Amino acid sequence: MSTNALSQHYAEQVQRLQDGLPGAIPEWLAGRRRGAAARFSEAGFPDPRQEEWKYTNVRPIAAKPFVAAVTDAPMSEDALRAIGFEGLDAYRMVFVDGRLRAEFSDLADLPSGVTVQGLSEALSSDPDPLEPLLGTLAHDRFSSFAAANMAFLTDGAVIRLGKGVRLERPLHLLIVGSAGGPVTWSHPRVLIQAGEGSEATVIEHYADLEGASGFTNTVTELRAEAGAQLRHYLLQDHADSAYHVGSLFIQQRRDSRVTSHNVNLGGRLVRHDLNVDLTEPGAEIELNGLFLVGGRQHVDTHTRVHHSSPHTTSREQYRGIGQGHGRGVFKGRVLVERGAQKTDAQQHSANLLLSPNAEIDTKPELEIYADDVKCAHGATVGQLDETSMYYLRSRGIDAEAARGMLVFAFADEVLERMELLPVRTSIENRLAARLPEAGAIDVIG
Amino acid sequence: MLKINNLQARVEAAEILKGIDLEVKAGEVHAIMGPNGSGKSTLCQVLGGRDGYEVTGGTVEYLGKDLFELEPEERAREGILLGFQYPVEIPGVKNIYLLKEAYNAQRKHRGEPEADTFQFLKLVREKLKTMQMDESFLHRAVNVGFSGGEKKRNEILQMLVLEPKLALLDETDSGLDIDALKVVSDGVNRLRSPDRAIVLVTHYQRLLSHIEPDFVHVLSDGRIIKSGDKTLAHELERNGYHGIIEEAA
Repeated sequence: MSTNALSQHYAEQVQRLQDGLPGAIPEWLAGRRRGAAARFSEAGFPDPRQEEWKYTNVRPIAAKPFVAAVTDAPMSEDALRAIGFEGLDAYRMVFVDGRLRAEFSDLADLPSGVTVQGLSEALSSDPDPLEPLLGTLAHDRFSSFAAANMAFLTDGAVIRLGKGVRLERPLHLLIVGSAGGPVTWSHPRVLIQAGEGSEATVIEHYADLEGASGFTNTVTELRAEAGAQLRHYLLQDHADSAYHVGSLFIQQRRDSRVTSHNVNLGGRLVRHDLNVDLTEPGAEIELNGLFLVGGRQHVDTHTRVHHSSPHTTSREQYRGIGQGHGRGVFKGRVLVERGAQKTDAQQHSANLLLSPNAEIDTKPELEIYADDVKCAHGATVGQLDETSMYYLRSRGIDAEAARGMLVFAFADEVLERMELLPVRTSIENRLAARLPEAGAIDVIG
Repeated sequence: MLKINNLQARVEAAEILKGIDLEVKAGEVHAIMGPNGSGKSTLCQVLGGRDGYEVTGGTVEYLGKDLFELEPEERAREGILLGFQYPVEIPGVKNIYLLKEAYNAQRKHRGEPEADTFQFLKLVREKLKTMQMDESFLHRAVNVGFSGGEKKRNEILQMLVLEPKLALLDETDSGLDIDALKVVSDGVNRLRSPDRAIVLVTHYQRLLSHIEPDFVHVLSDGRIIKSGDKTLAHELERNGYHGIIEEAA
């Protein structure tokens, strides 16, 4: 489709959207959506001339006239079991093509003080409590994808944890694309408000039914109040033909601690932005990431950790594996504000290339405006260590298996930080299946 | 068991081995001693099959087979085990996992079923005791964060589990304190048997007071310049390499 026809296509969608806004929607929300729609119309999709998109050309996304899925796709427990995590005891919300499917969700026995509901439901029943969160961490100007998510917002998850509440079982958001059509897009939105001293684990898990090739454009806003402890999993295991852009915004108050596990296994073209703002002393973030690119996959991850207050800590470890013609990008920015003394920031990016045609670019960016800080970073891109290969072979392990062991070990140093064993095991199995050389690996080892 | 005939090898452009002859029979313990740079480690790496070590002449026969026809892992499965001078750290691979994979690779090679986890653990625990190693070593990544002595113990632990026909120990004694040397030597002595051979490559005589060799060879500038029984080691202790090298010249 030509550029003009595409502009027209999206202009019409935006118009329809505005015509369709029901009167019941409060003005704050209508205003934010109008602003986002205007922003999206004006900016269009980013192009590689923009610094933040230098390594990732979104033309395959920009060239298609995406529309929202109109009907509920068929779904079954069997299909969900195949993409879920065996043995995981969790509350569950299932979304298909961006819409909550209550019949497959299980939120029974939530403790008091915890609210978990669909965003669409929350907006139609009682929208005002969302005003301080929805669209306040994720600004439209962050990217036109974030703006599009706000403009075309349909559904998502709202998670609110009251003061001091502890959610014992994890909450599994299973966000699934159907094979409904090649040009469907969805805009899931996840809002997490973790009250003072609360504690929870949320798994944001993107996957597809066989043959799906749609575009999932997600935004997550997470605010951790003082002393809150959040574990957040962002797992992307789409079909190899699918597109995914995800923007995660984390804001942390005093003494809160957030652990993020971000794993990218699938997708044709994937971009993740993880933005963390440590706004008060004692806030601590741990960012663990792993991506695997093979075939013609392209996975780009940008992280930005903003130390805007003294005595804040970040620990970041990202690893990438490239095989086939895969292309990976990691850009990690750490910004230490003037006055953010005693910041302790560590960032490490290690990457492994298994094929001469794979490419991984890694780019650490440190901007430090305070003088009493501890900041360290390191980035490597390399191949498997010959000496280790020889050592394993000298013990009778054949070259194939030795290779698999080393690649798997490389990835597992990130995965072993996951607290949820069924998730870790399942991810390990999926990773092994995607590494031809590691097919023989017993992942429990 | 092992017949080395006029072996010559180079590393990059440098000729290191200039014609080594050595025969090792089952049941024997040989010590190859020599000063730094004499070619001791190169000999071990050539026998192990490491890339970058080019054989330029001579033959090595192991149990009637041409050794150079075998890949490093095939040599291991045929019963050759090389104890590294600098054991390699492998982050992310647990010790127990490496042991089990290596053990099963051998069993598979011999057409035997893989060991079940319970039996295997029982076997490994027994060997750990011999090496005075804590069970926690099994669950640590291979050699990562191990002290020098722990790494060498770990090499011998692998030998006790894998029970090679031919154990090649490349400077296993270097960097060990007396207690660790004793533990390592005890481990090696347990391997001694009429159907197994051991080749100790070392710079120092002190190892040989713990592991008594049947034969001692002095390696200098890529050749074995003198062979004898264990008394040769004592002579080395008294006169140093210098005396022997001069005498041979």
